Amino acid sequence: MSTFVSDTLNVMNRELKPVWREPMSVVFAMIQPLVFLGLFAPLLPRMADGSALQWFVPGIVAMTALMGASFTGANLMEEMQSGSHERQLVSPLGRPALLIGRALKEVVPMLMQVAIIVAVVTPFSFDLHLGGVLVAALVLSLFSIGVGALSFALALASKGQDWMFWTIQQTLLFPALLTAGVLLPVDGAPRWLEIVSALNPMTYVVDAVRALFAGTYPMDVVAQGVAGAAVVAALGLWVGVRAMRRSS
Amino acid sequence: MTRGLTRHFTSRKQTVEAVQGLDLEIGQGELVAFLGPNGAGKSTTLRMLTTLIPPTSGTASVAGHDVVTGQRDVRRAIGFVGQGNGAGHRQLGRDELISQGRAHGLTRADAHRRADELVADLDLEAVADRKVSSLSGGQRRRLDIAMGLVHLPRVLFLDEPSTGLDPQNRINLQELIQRLHTETGSTVVLTTHYLEEADALAGRVIVVDHGRVIADDSAARLKSGLGDLVRLGFDSAASVDRAAARLSRVPESRVDVTSESVDLRVKDGSAMVGEVLADLAADGVPPTRVEVARPTLDDVFLDLTGRSLRETQQTTDPTATTRTESEVAA
Repeated sequence: MSTFVSDTLNVMNRELKPVWREPMSVVFAMIQPLVFLGLFAPLLPRMADGSALQWFVPGIVAMTALMGASFTGANLMEEMQSGSHERQLVSPLGRPALLIGRALKEVVPMLMQVAIIVAVVTPFSFDLHLGGVLVAALVLSLFSIGVGALSFALALASKGQDWMFWTIQQTLLFPALLTAGVLLPVDGAPRWLEIVSALNPMTYVVDAVRALFAGTYPMDVVAQGVAGAAVVAALGLWVGVRAMRRSS
Repeated sequence: MTRGLTRHFTSRKQTVEAVQGLDLEIGQGELVAFLGPNGAGKSTTLRMLTTLIPPTSGTASVAGHDVVTGQRDVRRAIGFVGQGNGAGHRQLGRDELISQGRAHGLTRADAHRRADELVADLDLEAVADRKVSSLSGGQRRRLDIAMGLVHLPRVLFLDEPSTGLDPQNRINLQELIQRLHTETGSTVVLTTHYLEEADALAGRVIVVDHGRVIADDSAARLKSGLGDLVRLGFDSAASVDRAAARLSRVPESRVDVTSESVDLRVKDGSAMVGEVLADLAADGVPPTRVEVARPTLDDVFLDLTGRSLRETQQTTDPTATTRTESEVAA
C-alpha cells in the first residue's frame, strides 16, 4: 500500500473516531435541515403530480450535505488553535493526505444524515425508491468531498481569524442553497437569477438527486449531476491541497 | 538509520530579523535548552528545524537531512512537542498515540503495543481512554510528550514544554524529560524562558536574544564565569567608599557600589568571604551585613544583555523573515 493511501486512510480514520464514538453529533449537526423539513414542508402547495415531499426532500438532503460539509472546516480551525494540526504537519503524513483524508471523511456523516432523513419522511407521503436513493448518495458523496475540501481550505486561509471563516461560509451558504432551487423552484425566475442558478454546480446536483429520489434515471440529468459534483470535488481538492501545502 | 552517528548542525543567518545568522552544532545525545525572552527567536528557530517554516536564507539539517530538501526524512527522524496540544481535543489519548504511530509507519499491532508502553511509562493509564479535552494541563502535556516519542525519535524538539503548568507539574515534567533523555539517548532540544528550567535540565544552554546566540555553554560554566555575588552592607557612606577602595584590589573581580553596600562579583566568592571579612575588619570597616549569592542564569542574562530576563517582555515574535544557514556533518 502506497504511503499516500495509508496516510490518507490514517487521517480519515482519525477524523471518523469522534463520529463513531458520538453518533448523536451527526444528528445535532443536521438540526437546521430538520427544522426546514418540519416547518417548511407543511407550507408546500399540493402538487398535481404527486406529493410535495417528493420534491422537497431531495432538496433538504442536498442542503444537509452542503451544510454539514461546509461547517467541517471549523474542526480543523479548532485543531489549528489547539496545536494538533501543527503536530500533524511535523509528522511524516503527506500534505495531500492531511487534506484528502479529511475531505473523504465527510461522506460518512452525510450518508448517516441522508439515511435519517429518508427514515423520517418515509412514513409520510414520500415514496422510497431505494435504488435511486443509493445512486443519489454516490453523487452527494462526491459533492460532500468537494464542499468539505473547500471548507478546510477556507479554514486554512482564515488561520487565527475565526470570524473570517464564519463570515465567508455564511455569506456563501444561503445564496448557494437558494439559487440551486433547494427551497423553491428557480423555474420562471428573472433572467439574472436563472443565469446564477445555471452557474451554480449545486443546481445540477439537486436536479439529479430529485430525479433519482423519484425513482427515475434520466441519463442527461444524472450525468449533469455527477459532473456538477465532480466539478466541486475537483475544485475543492485542488484548492484544499494547495492551502494545506502552504500551511505552517 | 542505525549508524553510529553524530549529529551536528551549523546554522547561520544574516539579516536583522527574527533569527539572524544562527550558527550552531548540536551533537547526538545532547540535551540543549534555547533560553531567551519572548520574541528572541527561539520558537522561530525550532519551527525552521522542524520543517514548519522554511528559512529565508541559509540552510539547516537535522539528523543528517536538510530541512528543506529532505523534509520528509527530517519528519521521520524527529519528535516534536509544540507549544499547543498535539492531541486533538475531540479524540481519545490512546487513539491519538496509535494514529501517530501509524503516521510514522508502525504496523497496527506495533502502534497499539507502543501506545500501551507509552501510556504505562508516562503514567497515563487513568486518562488514556478519556477524551483529551477532559484532561488537565499536566496530563495533556505528558500525552503530547508521549506522542512525540512514539517512534523513538533521534531528536526530540520541545517548544516551551512547561509554559502554562503549575510549579509542581513543571518539576515533574523536567524530571520526565531528563529521565527520557537518559533512557533513550535521544538528542533533546527545548526552548524555555524559565531560567530555572534551563538550569535544572540542560547540559548546554544557548542563550538567544534578538535572534542571535549571545552565549552557548553549560549552565554551570556560564554561571561560574560570572562568579558569586558577595554583597556587603555598611552603616555609612564613608565606610562604603573605603571598603570599595580596599575590595577593588581583589584580583579578577568587579565591584559595584550602592549607597549602603558594596557588591563584589568574584569567582568562588563563597570560599573567599571569610578572608574578605577579616581583611575589611583589619582595615577598620567591618561590614554590618553579608550576603553571598550563587549566580543565576538571570544574572548571566543581565550581564550579557544589560537587561534582566524577567523584566524583558517582548510580545512580538516576527517569524516572517528569517535567514538561516546550517550544515550537518553526520
